[in-house]
Amino acid sequence: IKHFQTTITCNYPSIFIYGHRASGKSHVMHVLLKELELPHATVSCVECVSVALLFEQVLLSFFGCDAASLLPRSASLSDFVRIYRQQCSQSPAKQTRYIVMEKAELLRDTDANLLPALLRLQELVEDNVTIILLSEIVWDKFRPNTGCFEPLLLHFPDYSKGELHTILSQDRHPSYSDEFYSSYINILLGVFYSVCRDLRELRHLAALNFSKFCEPLEEGKVKETDTHKLWRNIEPHLKKAMQTVYLREVSSVQWEQMQQTEEKENGALRGLSAHTHVELPYYSKFLLIAAYLASYNPARTDKRFFLKHHGKIRKTNFLKKNEKTSNHLLGPKPFPLDRLLAIFYSVVDSRVAPTASIFSQISSLVTLQLLTQVSHDDQLDAPKYKCAVSMDFICAISRTVNFEIVKYLYDFL
Amino acid sequence: NLWSLIFQGCFVFKPSAKKKKTLSLGEFLTNVFTACKVLQDELNRNILDSLLDFTRKCSSTRQHSDWASQMRASEIPTAALVLGVNVPDHDMTFQSLSDLLQQSVTPYVASVQAKECGGKGLRGSLMGTVVTVDDEEEEEAEQTSAQHHKSVHCSLSTLCDWYNTKTKKSNTGTPGKKRSSPVRDGPQQPPVVIIFKDLEAFNPRVLQDFILICSRYIERLPLMFIFGIATSPSTIQHLLPHSVSSLLCIELFQSLSCTQHLATVIDKLILTKQFPFKLNGKVMQVLISIFLYHDFSVRKFIKGIQLALLEHFHSQPLSVLCCKKKEALLNVMQLDHLDLERIRHLLSFKRYVEKQEPREQVDLLTDDTHLKEVCQKLIKDLHKYHKNYYPILRCLHTLTSSLPRYPLGKQIRELHLICLEKNVWESEDYQSAMKLLKMLAKDELIALLQRCAEILQPTLLEMNESRRAKKLSPFEVLRNEALEFIDSLVKSHLSPPESQVLNEVCYYTSSATVRRHLNATPRTSIQAALNSPFYYLQNDRLKTEDGTVSNAAPDICIVYKLHLECGRLITFTTEMLFLSLFSSARFIRAVSELEFLGFIKSTKQKTDHVARLTWGGC
Repeated sequence: IKHFQTTITCNYPSIFIYGHRASGKSHVMHVLLKELELPHATVSCVECVSVALLFEQVLLSFFGCDAASLLPRSASLSDFVRIYRQQCSQSPAKQTRYIVMEKAELLRDTDANLLPALLRLQELVEDNVTIILLSEIVWDKFRPNTGCFEPLLLHFPDYSKGELHTILSQDRHPSYSDEFYSSYINILLGVFYSVCRDLRELRHLAALNFSKFCEPLEEGKVKETDTHKLWRNIEPHLKKAMQTVYLREVSSVQWEQMQQTEEKENGALRGLSAHTHVELPYYSKFLLIAAYLASYNPARTDKRFFLKHHGKIRKTNFLKKNEKTSNHLLGPKPFPLDRLLAIFYSVVDSRVAPTASIFSQISSLVTLQLLTQVSHDDQLDAPKYKCAVSMDFICAISRTVNFEIVKYLYDFL
Repeated sequence: NLWSLIFQGCFVFKPSAKKKKTLSLGEFLTNVFTACKVLQDELNRNILDSLLDFTRKCSSTRQHSDWASQMRASEIPTAALVLGVNVPDHDMTFQSLSDLLQQSVTPYVASVQAKECGGKGLRGSLMGTVVTVDDEEEEEAEQTSAQHHKSVHCSLSTLCDWYNTKTKKSNTGTPGKKRSSPVRDGPQQPPVVIIFKDLEAFNPRVLQDFILICSRYIERLPLMFIFGIATSPSTIQHLLPHSVSSLLCIELFQSLSCTQHLATVIDKLILTKQFPFKLNGKVMQVLISIFLYHDFSVRKFIKGIQLALLEHFHSQPLSVLCCKKKEALLNVMQLDHLDLERIRHLLSFKRYVEKQEPREQVDLLTDDTHLKEVCQKLIKDLHKYHKNYYPILRCLHTLTSSLPRYPLGKQIRELHLICLEKNVWESEDYQSAMKLLKMLAKDELIALLQRCAEILQPTLLEMNESRRAKKLSPFEVLRNEALEFIDSLVKSHLSPPESQVLNEVCYYTSSATVRRHLNATPRTSIQAALNSPFYYLQNDRLKTEDGTVSNAAPDICIVYKLHLECGRLITFTTEMLFLSLFSSARFIRAVSELEFLGFIKSTKQKTDHVARLTWGGC
């Protein structure tokens, strides 16, 4: 940080800071600029869906809303520079102005000239201004191929275990002592440090499990200093937390409720991924099965599977060289609507009239993201689809309608 | 009410004498439709209530400052509402949800649909929608011309500013506030609820960015999401990467499955003597199979019942008798000669007449006043039949639904269908069910019988009393007696409605009409139109013998007929030789029309060849 302070005072036109998520980039910038009382504008690039929005926010925080309202409806970079200079001459800067841009990696997707221009903004507006880019990606991936002004690079390394410990210990519970919380964090890190180093995630876990940790204390069984007993008590819970909470399958509120109900109904509260069962109308199931078959079987083999008198064609006969690899490894292939319907009619055991609702079911399967439309939306003639469900899913579906899908799959012949 | 207006519209051409009846029927219809509406609301009640609780809890924990909730402050509370795949029904649910939320929790509710903000890379449109929706609500709810955010770019920060000024004002208590009272009592900072109606259809990138942006503002703006999920909750994980989903605090809400939903609807609307209007077995079958095979949409099912209802009143003049018992009896007395003649032509009435003595037969067929009296008696019988039918049906269902392999169906609707079709006691399944019942253990059987007795309580009280008294005698004897009793009940009361006299008054039978209206078959109707244009055009000149085309038929019909007679590949030129009757321009146009309808396709081999696409290779 010391190093940083010196660079800031020497008003370099642009600084590029990178480091992993939650390594304190934004926080340090924020605190530093606040402490030194420097004029600054903080912009998140996710939020700025258009360049104009970005300019508006910068002007707003430097010169107030009068300046921001001067921007035309779809402002360009030159508009921004013009207004900036105008405003700047009215209220000249006493100190360096700073523009902090978070998630700067998104700037790469904007206009090609934006990034180079921002990097030399100091020259463009002839003001004492510094751009600070914060990113999770290294600078090498940014450099436009036309070349640009090289910013000053700064790296924020990941926190070490000790640093994590100090940071986590800072948000302690008001009714417990420092040492107690610190020992809790110690235990927590002992369990989780090997799998997770994300500060945000660790903080989340710490908050969730603390009440459990305190439980024996409140019951009066253990003293605050008896860390070993506390550790024995909390360890199984942390292990369990590692399985569920880390993936956010169970929300924090549900997790707390679960701790209160004390595993009475173990596993009654299932995570999000446990609910994979989907109820579908009868014909939709068959449509999905037909789509799956069409996606994973080569079109040539349809005759063999769905025609009654297909004769004796053995697998080796129509096995081409490039088809040695399993279709399931290659992923689903697109198929035209006609083929889907042809397979559908041969798969469904009863006679089905080609009603409008069959077709509307196909499109509703697309909205449910079980099928995806490959061809363009505008193409009305012979649209193409892909099946987007997994093998397990389709097996479960076909079991409910007594259809042995494995018999019809080319890969499993 | 719209429906009664439509209904009355159907009868406008009738003489004024019928007007009164029409009005009462309209009333009856409104009753039925409101009953449907109430029912649907009730079905959603549970889930909506729990959602409301959730929002309230979320907004209240926000204000708490204890340690745990502070640590969680950066998460956006999210309710994942799993609604099942019957997408058309969802709109209604969301509508009532947002209404309820606005009434009791927060005035700031915005619903967004994927198709409104789906465009590729248009992240902004989503935000724009939210902001504008909120702005509109502000104008409607508050009617203050305070601040209109006509800024060039809608962003969340403008929304945030807007929200702050709003809440500040309500804190200081500006005069002329028109807030509903629960809000005033509730938290000072009502949450801003954003409902994503169809989560699956959203572009994942748009959604991720939106959530990232929102999480930046969560400290200043109490946001809340509600995700409407049609498939399964794991789609959240497919859509959102961990970095995004960790910003949410998701709680799951599962709504009733649609089959349960249907069961309740059938239970409340069909298996009740409350509504005199009934569907016969075939119509029921059509409606249920549309539901199960095609769309799972309860709303469509109810629409189907409504359609049948309207059709029945429209096509069956005797439907004036299809109302409450008292009114029906009155209406019988007002029937004119024409109506009575119609009664004499009813199939069920003819059967009834045949069974009477010759003397009575003559009376029935000639004497109008006598017929009216008999009709009153018959109507009474019909109502009595319905009164007994449903309890016995439920009773039989409780007995058989727990048997192994469900000989009479698992759901009561299956049993109802069987009973509508034929004499249930003659079926094999019924026999086997009875055999199985005889093999049941004592306590199981007694439990079942007691449940039956509860159902039967209101109607057949006295008979059950005698049964109870004998419980102490040897089990074997008693069991057989009990089952025989049930058997006799079934035989006397569960006969199919077709056997009842005057059943045509209450039962709607035209399953073909319902099927045609609800299950559209575009290709069949196109083919019907091409084959027999008279069917649609109602022009007498088009009327022909089977299989031929009249000269007056539209060109496309003639070309269609010709193409049916040809092989797989068709040449224009040879065809043209046979057709001296129209010019080549008209012919070409008809061919291109046929191509447009998808019956033929131009081939690349020769310019004057087209390939036929229908009926395979023949």
